[in-house]
Amino acid sequence: MYAFDIERPTTVADAVKLLVASEENQPLSGGQTLIPTLKQRLASPETLISLTGIDEIKGICEDDSGRICIGAATTHAEVASGAGKYPALAALASHIGDPAVRNRGTIGGSLANNDPSACYPAAALGSGAVIVTNSRDIAADDYFQGMFTTALEPGEIITEVKFPVPQKAAYMKFEQPASRFALVGVFVAQYEGGVRVAVTGASEEGVFRWSEAEAALSSDFSASALEGLSLPGDGMISDMHGSGDYRAHLVAVMTRRAVTAAG
Amino acid sequence: MPKDGGIGASTKRREDARFLTGIGNYTDDINLRGQAYVHFLRSDLAHGRINDIDTSAAEAMPGVVRIFTGKDFETAGSIPCGWQVTDRFGNPMKEPRHPVLAEGKVRHVGDPICAIVAETREQARDAAEAIVLDIEELPAVIDMKAALAEGSTKVHDELDDNLCFDWGFVEENKEAVDEAIRNAAHVTTVELINNRLVPNAMEPRVAVGDYNRGTGEHTLYTTSQNPHVIRLLMGAFVLGIPEHKLRVVAPDVGGGFGSKIYHYAEEAFCTYAAKELNRPVKWTCTRSEAFLSDAQARDHVTKIELALDADNNFTAVRTMTYANMGAYLSTFAPSIPTWLHGTLMAGNYKTPLVYVNVKAVFTNTVPVDAYRGAGRPEATYQLERAIDKAARELGVDPIALRRQNFITEFPYATPVAVEYDSGDFHRLMDKLESRADFAGFAARRAESEKNGKLRGLGINCFIEACGIAPSNLVGQLGARAGLYESATVRVNATGGITVMTGSHSHGQGHETVFPQVVADMLGIDASMVEIEHGDTANTPMGMGTYGSRSIAVGGSAMVRATEKIIAKTKKIASHLLEASEADIELKDGQFTVAGTDKSVAWGDVTLAAYVPHNYPLEDLEPGLEETAFYDPNNFTYPAGAYACEVEVDPETGKVTIARFTTADDFGNVINPMIVDGQVHGGLTQGIGQALLENCTYDENGQLLSASYMDYAMPRADDVPFFSIDHSNGTPCTHNPLGVKGCGEAGAIGSTPTVVNAVVDALQSGGIKVDHVDMPVSPSRVWQAIQAAG
Repeated sequence: MYAFDIERPTTVADAVKLLVASEENQPLSGGQTLIPTLKQRLASPETLISLTGIDEIKGICEDDSGRICIGAATTHAEVASGAGKYPALAALASHIGDPAVRNRGTIGGSLANNDPSACYPAAALGSGAVIVTNSRDIAADDYFQGMFTTALEPGEIITEVKFPVPQKAAYMKFEQPASRFALVGVFVAQYEGGVRVAVTGASEEGVFRWSEAEAALSSDFSASALEGLSLPGDGMISDMHGSGDYRAHLVAVMTRRAVTAAG
Repeated sequence: MPKDGGIGASTKRREDARFLTGIGNYTDDINLRGQAYVHFLRSDLAHGRINDIDTSAAEAMPGVVRIFTGKDFETAGSIPCGWQVTDRFGNPMKEPRHPVLAEGKVRHVGDPICAIVAETREQARDAAEAIVLDIEELPAVIDMKAALAEGSTKVHDELDDNLCFDWGFVEENKEAVDEAIRNAAHVTTVELINNRLVPNAMEPRVAVGDYNRGTGEHTLYTTSQNPHVIRLLMGAFVLGIPEHKLRVVAPDVGGGFGSKIYHYAEEAFCTYAAKELNRPVKWTCTRSEAFLSDAQARDHVTKIELALDADNNFTAVRTMTYANMGAYLSTFAPSIPTWLHGTLMAGNYKTPLVYVNVKAVFTNTVPVDAYRGAGRPEATYQLERAIDKAARELGVDPIALRRQNFITEFPYATPVAVEYDSGDFHRLMDKLESRADFAGFAARRAESEKNGKLRGLGINCFIEACGIAPSNLVGQLGARAGLYESATVRVNATGGITVMTGSHSHGQGHETVFPQVVADMLGIDASMVEIEHGDTANTPMGMGTYGSRSIAVGGSAMVRATEKIIAKTKKIASHLLEASEADIELKDGQFTVAGTDKSVAWGDVTLAAYVPHNYPLEDLEPGLEETAFYDPNNFTYPAGAYACEVEVDPETGKVTIARFTTADDFGNVINPMIVDGQVHGGLTQGIGQALLENCTYDENGQLLSASYMDYAMPRADDVPFFSIDHSNGTPCTHNPLGVKGCGEAGAIGSTPTVVNAVVDALQSGGIKVDHVDMPVSPSRVWQAIQAAG
């Protein structure tokens, strides 16, 4: 680790002020990716701005339109136990990493990092969630812009994520054997206006919606509606844990299983 | 029921109190006054020529004490290899120099180039980044067969090629084996890879060097399985320090599994630098560094042929293996694919003809050496995969085929130079059959199929050679050290006992088990016996712990020393009781005169030895301390029969282990609970190799599986609830305890059991798959299913 300073602001406004003070400053929200990166000397921020001391961006509530609203600094463990109104989301959070990760990692940290194998991006995109920052609301469809890339501007901090609650939903994760991140994870959610299918772990472009599957499931929400649908292996991640073709195959399998699990 | 605390009792591990409450004393807990820290700048290229190393900017960095390079060690010895293999043509293996720090070339990613000593670890790391290296990248030699091809780049320029040795065993049998295979009614062939592993002991390696200017004594604190071996290798061969000026201490050590047997460059560096700098020098390996510097394991590419006659009797085995040595020869590397592998190729079977060929190859990868099982897992895996495939090809029951070919009479001299002293393979299989509920398998398979899963049953038998070993024999085989073990039993004046052993405990539970042996012999409570190990200053020269040898060899030394104590205390008791020595009996801590009620307590006799007022001084020295060195006259041969049931998800390829049943023969068992734990750990490591672990380099020699993000270690939910049994073993006939050793069995027996089960599951689904290489990962199973159509 290189030497760095750390600040622990208690308001979003202070956090933003500290963040924009230098281009070398970086927010820290749980640190389950950033701390290992620092330990390997792969990042050298001047000052880390810890967001987990900001009470106004913690906790889970419901808004007037029935959306589940989760403060960005809410841990995975808190979502697992506190998002009962959206069982598929709570279940997803309960299977991220291990207990240590779930007690430190936060939803805002995960979405800001946008790891191509993380679980939360699938939930946010699959639910058509709104990513709220200190300056604006961003629709999930606009937010995810490729591996480790998001619509966040420098100095912008996620404060809250608003999830519309679907009629039915389920997340199916096929774990990479070593990291237990998603080798492929599929989030399926049925809303009045149609079905959304979001896939994580598979694509070189990060989380994406499988529109063919969405169309098929919107007219018939059953595993059999997916018969014959497949994705090409090109553009899928290929590594020692599986080829692009294997991942493409798993997307279809996990989508079917998610639909079945959603009931 | 066994006497509480004696042989056969499941005494709880006394060392756990300190390990589980964080008050153990590991090497990293040792901090000496004025110590400096060393960081090793390691090669990020697999192969390159060092043109220049510019340390000038780094030397000016804050806190830097001194920066060392290979030039500082040009006159030091090579990190030695402790075993010389002779090739098929009578020539010694090639043994290139292994410098402490790279000289001229770097030969694997992780090869240490510079050692930066600074006031703090972070300062040393900072300075390392300021070192300017001019290294010309050379083509990396990674694939073994390519490494042996004409014109391949050479890992060591001074050698003719990358072949370390070409070994044939038993060479005189070669033609007869070829002939038997030509004339066989059936030949089963399997080509397989025994995947490379990273050992991953929980505690990374640490070394602290110290030097006393007043006495001229060096001390090395290190994470070692065998401190005396390190003292000998490093002192005599690398740094030229005589034993009486060199103390090596291996305190509490958090797991070894083989990887802490070897003498490593970092140990020599810290010892050397402490004198050069006149201050202690400490190195603590990071986990990332461990992936690049701990000796790795396995990595065999093998073709095995099993010949059978028309009645399905095994007539011959021929096997050809490429064994990866890595870039340098680690301490025992050449012995693993040869003597610890070839000698086990007869397995549990009376195959009359066996020929083993091994080509050991240098590559630009981390050196490879012993890891839990060491050669024996590689032998068992290929033989038992071949037998399983043969049963399928011939349409016979895999258990019946094995039973038909079992060795049934002991002692049994195999065609591969070893003599099994005892065993009962049919009884092991009987036990397995009764305990694994084979009768219920069909119903369980039907249930799995209802859930869309394929269920398979895998069977395996194995035998291993442990308790390494008779020194005169291993000397003939090329070992450059003896393989006895030692013990000093020091009885204190008030009757308590300190046992100094050359064995080393790094998780095995010696501090609990060894007292059970001594206490049982004396009829006293085990709490009266304490074990000391790990410090060359207060233990007799011993060869350490590996190869499941500690109870068989170290325990036997302890028995011999305790027998000497008993003989002497009987003399003292006979004096005190005024009776003939022949009439003295020792039972429950009391010496009695046979047939009388005259007795004297253990404590009175021991006190008399040290306060010899009433004592036969004219015939007997005072004091009560005896040492024994025990050199066994054969290996021990633990054996087992294992069964595994797996469920395969044919859609994803994921394999889940549903049941695992073992029947082991460890001979006599001292502490059944600790043996259970050893089996659990061994099975888990074997399942890790079979399903998860895969050390993978890319074609440029970069380690792809360089952290736990990509290197999959087994976790609790990867293994089932094990059903294990090791009761009623056949005692070893040649050591005083009748013990065989249990540390490696699980890791040896489990890999073929799992893979046999996976193949059985796939075949049950009509998928024509003969073999899937380990690790049998979801993606590999899926690929195999795709390829089978």
